[in-house]
Amino acid sequence: MTDFSRIDAVLAHHDRNGTRLVQILREVQEQLGWLSPATLSYIAEGVGWPRAQVSGTAAFYSFFHTRQRGKYCVLWSDNITDRMLGNTDLMDAMCKKLWLEPGRVSEDGLVSVNTTSCTGMCDQGPALLVNYRAVTGMTLQRVDEMAELIRTEVPIAEWPAEWFAVQDNVRRTEILLAGNFAPGSALRAAHERAEVDGLSSSNNRSFRESLPHGIAGPMAMLDEIQRSKLRGRGGAGFSTRFKWEACRNAPLRADQERIVVCNADEGEPGTFKDRVLLTSYADLVFEGMTVAAYAVGATRGFLYLRGEYRYLLEPLEAVLARRRAAGLLGKSILDIPGARFDIEIHLGAGAYVCGEESALIESLEGKPGRPRVRPPFPVTNGYLDQPTIVNNVETFASAALVALHGGDWFAAIGTKQSTGTKILSVSGDVARPGIYEYPYGVTVRQVLADCGATDTLAVQISGPSGMCLAEDEFDRRIAFEDVPTAGAFMVFNTSRDMFEVARNFSHFFAHESCGFCTPCRVGTTLVRNIMDKIANRHGSPYDINELFKLHRLMQGASHCGLGNTACNPVFDTLNKFRPAYETRLMSLDYEPAFDLDAALSEARQMTGRDDAGAHFAAHSPDEANA
Amino acid sequence: MNETNTFLLDGEEIPFTPGQTIIQAATAHGVYIPHLCWHPEFKAHGSCKICTVKVNGRFGSSCTMAAQAGMNVENRSTELDDKRRTLLQMYFVEGNHFCPSCEKSGNCSLQATAYELKMVSPHFDMFYPDRPVDASHPDILLDFNRCIMCSLCVTASREVDGKNVFSMGGRGLLGRRIHISSESGKLADTDFALTDRAASICPVGVILPKRKGFAVPIGERKYDKLPINLQVTEETQ
Repeated sequence: MTDFSRIDAVLAHHDRNGTRLVQILREVQEQLGWLSPATLSYIAEGVGWPRAQVSGTAAFYSFFHTRQRGKYCVLWSDNITDRMLGNTDLMDAMCKKLWLEPGRVSEDGLVSVNTTSCTGMCDQGPALLVNYRAVTGMTLQRVDEMAELIRTEVPIAEWPAEWFAVQDNVRRTEILLAGNFAPGSALRAAHERAEVDGLSSSNNRSFRESLPHGIAGPMAMLDEIQRSKLRGRGGAGFSTRFKWEACRNAPLRADQERIVVCNADEGEPGTFKDRVLLTSYADLVFEGMTVAAYAVGATRGFLYLRGEYRYLLEPLEAVLARRRAAGLLGKSILDIPGARFDIEIHLGAGAYVCGEESALIESLEGKPGRPRVRPPFPVTNGYLDQPTIVNNVETFASAALVALHGGDWFAAIGTKQSTGTKILSVSGDVARPGIYEYPYGVTVRQVLADCGATDTLAVQISGPSGMCLAEDEFDRRIAFEDVPTAGAFMVFNTSRDMFEVARNFSHFFAHESCGFCTPCRVGTTLVRNIMDKIANRHGSPYDINELFKLHRLMQGASHCGLGNTACNPVFDTLNKFRPAYETRLMSLDYEPAFDLDAALSEARQMTGRDDAGAHFAAHSPDEANA
Repeated sequence: MNETNTFLLDGEEIPFTPGQTIIQAATAHGVYIPHLCWHPEFKAHGSCKICTVKVNGRFGSSCTMAAQAGMNVENRSTELDDKRRTLLQMYFVEGNHFCPSCEKSGNCSLQATAYELKMVSPHFDMFYPDRPVDASHPDILLDFNRCIMCSLCVTASREVDGKNVFSMGGRGLLGRRIHISSESGKLADTDFALTDRAASICPVGVILPKRKGFAVPIGERKYDKLPINLQVTEETQ
C-alpha cells in the first residue's frame, strides 16, 4: 500500500511546488523504494501538474523506478576503465551467486543486478552503486561477501564501512588543490578591492545593488575576472567574464532574481575531479559561487549534484550550514545588510545529458533534462526564465582564487590563451591513478610520465565526447588552443583494443541520448548496433562507411552537444586505429547483421536442446576464412 | 515591411517580418522546406531535424532559427536532401510503419515527405519495437507504432484544448514515448474527445477516429492528388 503520509511530508517540505518535482520524486523513492502508479498520481495531484508530465519526468531519469525494484538494487559502473579492471567478470560472478539474470529483479523481489554509466570512481574501480550508495574497489572476495549480505538481507547501513570509502587520490597540486584556502578570504578580498564610491542604490533588489560599495565592488570583481582571462572548465572554454557580464546586464522583470548554478553533474565517463573538489575543497567552490553572485548580482544559487554522488549530500549540506553560521551565506553576508545569497543542493537522478546547461536547468525546474532550443540563452532566460549563469565546479573554484589573489596573478599561470590550472582525472593503465593539477600547457607526455604510464597506446582526453590521441600526438598540450578538456584522461596501453574502447562509448551514448531529436535518438543506436555487428564478426567495409555517414549526419544535425559529439570516439579510432576494426571484418563485401544461429537461441531455450544438431554452423567465421 | 528584410533561400529572395523563423517566412512565401514536427499553428518543437538547412555554411533548424536580413540559406541541395532522407529512414526503422495497411496512407506527412525525398527503402535494419496499441477510448484509436515523437498532440491538447492529455516523457530510443494523463495510462480514463484539436493534429497514423476507415478511398487522398511540396500553406488543415 502506498504510504500517503510520507509523500505528504515530502510534498510539504517542497511547498507542493512542481518545479521541485525531481527532488520530490527522489525523496519519495528514497522512502518508499519505488514510484508506483498510485504514488505518481498522488504527487501529480499534490503539485497540481498533469499526471502525464509527472510520469514522463519519472520515466526520463535512470535512477527513478516506475516498476517495483528489488530490495537491493546493484548497479555496476560500466565505464571502459571499470571494464579494464574486470567488472564484467565480477558482475557475472555476482549474478551467478545470486541466481540472477542481469537487469531482472529476482523472483522473490530481493535483488537486481545491472550496469549503469560511469559513476566517477575510475581511479578506484571496479565501482558500483548499491541502492544508489557508491561502492569502490570491488574484488571477487567482496562480491562473495556482498552476495551473502544480500541473501541474508543485512541492511546496507550495517555493511562494512570500508566498502563505501572513497579516496581523493590527489597526486599533484597547484593553486586549486593547495588546500590552504581560508573560507571568506576571497569574498573579503573582492569586497575590499573596490574603492568606496559612496554609491548606495536605493533599489535593493539584488546583492550587487544593495552593497554599500554600490556597483563598484561587482564591477571591480568583473574586471579581475577579465584580467584573469578565466575560461569555463567544463570543456567548451567560454569566457567567464562574457557569461557573467551578460547575466548581470540582462533585464530583470518584477519578481525575478539572478541565479548562479554550479554544474556538478559530472557525467562524462572518466571524469571525477569535481567529486574531489566537492569532497575536500567545497568551501572554495561555494565561495566561488558567492563571488559570482556578488559579481552578477544574484541572490539564489543551486548546486546540481549528480545522483551518483548522493553520498556527498549530507557533508555538503553541513558545509553550507557552517558557511551560513559564519556569515558567508544568507541574508547579510560579511555583515553587509541586504547582501543576500544562498545555495541549495539539487540532486540529479542518472542522466548524462543534464550536464548540458539548458538540460540541467530543465531538470532544476522539475522536467525531463531535455536541452532547450537556443537562443534565448540561460544568461538572459535561464532558471524559471530568469537570468542564470551555469558554470563548472572547477570554474567557480578558480574564480574564488581570482577574487583572492587578483586577475593578474591568475593570468600569469598557464598559457596566454589558457590561463590558470587544469585538474585532470587520470585513470586506466597507469601506476598512480587519481587527480593531477597542472598549469595549462602541460604536454600529454608529461602527464603520462608523472602518473606512471608505460607502453601507452592511446589517451582518451575529455571523455568519450572528447579526443582520442595516439602516440605521435603525445607532445600536444592540454590547453584550449590545442587539446581542450573537461578533465578526463583515460590511458590505454598496447595490450588494449581501441575498437572495444569505442564500442563501450557507443553503448554509453545510445543509453544516454535523451531521445528528443531524430539524428541522436536513432543515430546513437544505429552506431551501437553497427559496432556490435562488427564485434560479432559480421562487419564489412560497408559498415565502416555507414559509421562515417552517421558521423557526418549526427555532427551537423543534432540538437545538442551529445549528438554532435557522440560519434567522436568512433571517428577518432577509425582514423587512428583502423586495423582494430579491419581485423574483425567478415569479408570485403556486404554482410547482413542477421545471425541465423543466434536466431535459433530462443528455440533452443524452449526445447532445452544445445547439441550440434540444434545449431546452424554454416556461417562460422572459421569457415568463412577457409 | 522594411525593404531590406529579405534573405536568400536557394537563390530566391524571401521577404520576412522580424521575428519570423526561416520556415515561417518560406511558408508564407509558398516555398516548401521539408519538415515533420513543425506546424504553422504552433511554436516550433525542433526535434525532427528534417527542416535542417544550411545558413551561411552552417547547419541549423529552419523552424527555430530567426530569419535575418541578408542570410544565405541552402534548402533543397543534394547534401541536405541526402541528410533528410537518412533521417526519414531513421523514422521508418525505429517505428513500425506499414503504409499499405495504414488508414493514414495518402494523408500522412511522413509518407508524403518520404516520396518527396525519393526514399526507396528504409536502408537500415528495422528495430521492430514493441509498442502497444491503445484501443480503450470509445471513439479514438491510438497506434503508437507510427509515432514520430513530434509532440504536436501534446502541444495541441495543452494550448488549444486546455487539457494536457499527453506528455512526451521517458528517455532515449526505447524510453521516449507519449505518456497519457491517467493512472492506468489509458486514453479512456482521460477527458479526451473526438472534437479536441489534438484528435486531428497527428501528422501520421497514431491518433485515428474509430469506425471511419477508408472513408476517402486510396488514390483520392490529400497527397495522392498533389505532392507535399506543392501544398505549402499557412492555413490550418
